[in-house]
Amino acid sequence: MATIQPIAGENEQHPDVALVERVRAGDVSAYDTLVRKYERQIFRIAQHITQNREDAEDVMQDAFLKAYEKLDQFQGNSKFYTWLVRIAVNESLMRLRKRRTGKMVSIDEDVETEEGSVPRDLADWAPDPEQNYTQSELAEILRKTIQGLPQGFRIVFVLRDVEGLSTEETAETLGLSIPAVKSRLLRARLQLRERLSRYFRRKKGGEK
Amino acid sequence: MTCSEFLALLDDLIDDSVNTETRTELEKHLKGCEHCEVTFNTTRKTIEIYRSHEIYELPSGLRERLHAAIMSRCKKGC
Repeated sequence: MATIQPIAGENEQHPDVALVERVRAGDVSAYDTLVRKYERQIFRIAQHITQNREDAEDVMQDAFLKAYEKLDQFQGNSKFYTWLVRIAVNESLMRLRKRRTGKMVSIDEDVETEEGSVPRDLADWAPDPEQNYTQSELAEILRKTIQGLPQGFRIVFVLRDVEGLSTEETAETLGLSIPAVKSRLLRARLQLRERLSRYFRRKKGGEK
Repeated sequence: MTCSEFLALLDDLIDDSVNTETRTELEKHLKGCEHCEVTFNTTRKTIEIYRSHEIYELPSGLRERLHAAIMSRCKKGC
């Protein structure tokens, strides 16, 4: 069984480590706390990768169950959250492969695309562009826009910008090099910006 | 600094991972280039919008189902 040996001078122990220790000692309620803390993030990641609600529900359940069963393999040298994200990403990709039998599902192939690498839409946005849409309209715009990104860009953007993983953690989770993560992140951000511009750009006088 | 050079460092500027010297140069370019200023501001806004809006709500009942599944594994295993 893995033991956690903090390295001298390292930051103090993450609160998740104590929860993990309690689960290992047989306290299931501590696992509930971890589930509640991360269920939204794990569901979101699964939904972004599989783009299917049913699959995302299954992935979330499988990821938390797998993490529970494999908790003894969790090494204290990575964060519990990033370890869990890695499990969820793998489960999501497995689910995708099952659904698209015969079709390759890969996040490590780079996508050659000119789109968004040079900003074209240079119109400024309205001051609070979200205000022009209802919550549900806005959610629909954001979903549609991000779903149109190439898979490899979308996952990098979600892990790095939405879920807050570092570049290094994102690289490790996806099995990519740091330069690959950086290049995809830039292109993902620019493509999303370009696509959102259609909705958010400042309208000329008179138009809504 | 050219616009391409600015663009190559856009992410580092957004993520606040540039040194003071580079930051000064980037800010100098921003002051004189409206296009890059718009790109910088709207890219930052893009990230902020995705961060602050929940676009996939957790389905109701999912947490309960997960809890039940964990409890049943636990009875077997612990």
